[in-house]
Amino acid sequence: MAKDVMTTESYINHHLTNLTCGKTPEGWTCDPYKVDQMGFWAFHVDSLFWSVFLGALFILIFKSAMPKNISANSAPTGMQNFVEMCIEFVEDNVQSLFGSVKNTLIAPLALTVFVWILLMNLMDLVPVDFLPVLAGHIAYAVAGSGADGSGVAWITSPDSFYFKVVPTTDPNITLGMAFAVFILTIYYSIKVKGLKSFIAELTLHPFGKYLIPVNFVLEMVNFIAKPISLGLRLFGNLYAGEMIFILIALMLFFSSIPVGMLGFGLHLVWALFHILIVALQAFIFMALTIAYLAMAHETEEH
Amino acid sequence: MEGIEVLAAGITMGLSAIGAGIGVGVLGSKFIEGIARQPELAPFLQGRFFLMMGLTDAVPMIGVGLGMYMLFAL
Repeated sequence: MAKDVMTTESYINHHLTNLTCGKTPEGWTCDPYKVDQMGFWAFHVDSLFWSVFLGALFILIFKSAMPKNISANSAPTGMQNFVEMCIEFVEDNVQSLFGSVKNTLIAPLALTVFVWILLMNLMDLVPVDFLPVLAGHIAYAVAGSGADGSGVAWITSPDSFYFKVVPTTDPNITLGMAFAVFILTIYYSIKVKGLKSFIAELTLHPFGKYLIPVNFVLEMVNFIAKPISLGLRLFGNLYAGEMIFILIALMLFFSSIPVGMLGFGLHLVWALFHILIVALQAFIFMALTIAYLAMAHETEEH
Repeated sequence: MEGIEVLAAGITMGLSAIGAGIGVGVLGSKFIEGIARQPELAPFLQGRFFLMMGLTDAVPMIGVGLGMYMLFAL
């Protein structure tokens, strides 16, 4: 929305719109005015970029923390300590929830999920305007359409370039991860228990074999609700947090100086509180991932 | 029409906050009770407490998110 006057609504919309690139009848474009023509092939480029970038950052950090030459009497320092702390924390959780089951995929998966989501959530603590405005100005400088008609037509000003930073405030990312966990759950259920007892589990509970349709509906709701609640929980928490950051930022822009000062204080308080949510949600996603996979490994006696 | 949306968002946020308030209250009281009975279990219970609190806390947060969405983005 290339309005000259910035209103509350346009400011919030600007922050909640993804940079979407997709295939329209005329070809590929990132024009925000053509989002409704894109149909299936629409990508949230900013979410994809940040999630892949943070995933690569995670791998690089953990790789670089590995000591070059391991000798018995060298004490771990700095980064290595931190990485070992993370790994031990995840390992403890896996041990306590998973117990005796032997599966070498679970712990690396849990570590990846935990650190990756933590990094993605931490992007919420970067001031709300900083990266979107920076990206907008860079895009305008590189490819903005000037008076001579050069450049990309839809970048008419830095404000017309949308950029949403926090990947976990995009339901596509959180639900994507949740459904990946869901697919793994189904895979291990069938692999460990066998297809027959997996189906039996879905159909013979809780009323026995004479009410199979009722059982199936009840169990199916339970079954489908797991990944959806897993993804929506992370999305909802981060979205609400981001929204409150935006609303506090609005206090700074559109009000008098005392309200602005109050907003500054509130920003600090909410950021401090948000650190708890950021870490807690990453932990919960990890713990539930482990718990769902542990459930898939349980063989129940009927 | 504008008023109805505001009302809907208010009800969404308010009711979910009530539910989670009761939930976290019960959870916290039981947590303190558990620590008072067996203080040596405190670290173990604390981890579980935060896990459950996050699970309970998520519902009103989703409510707040949806409410904000109704107010500003819809």
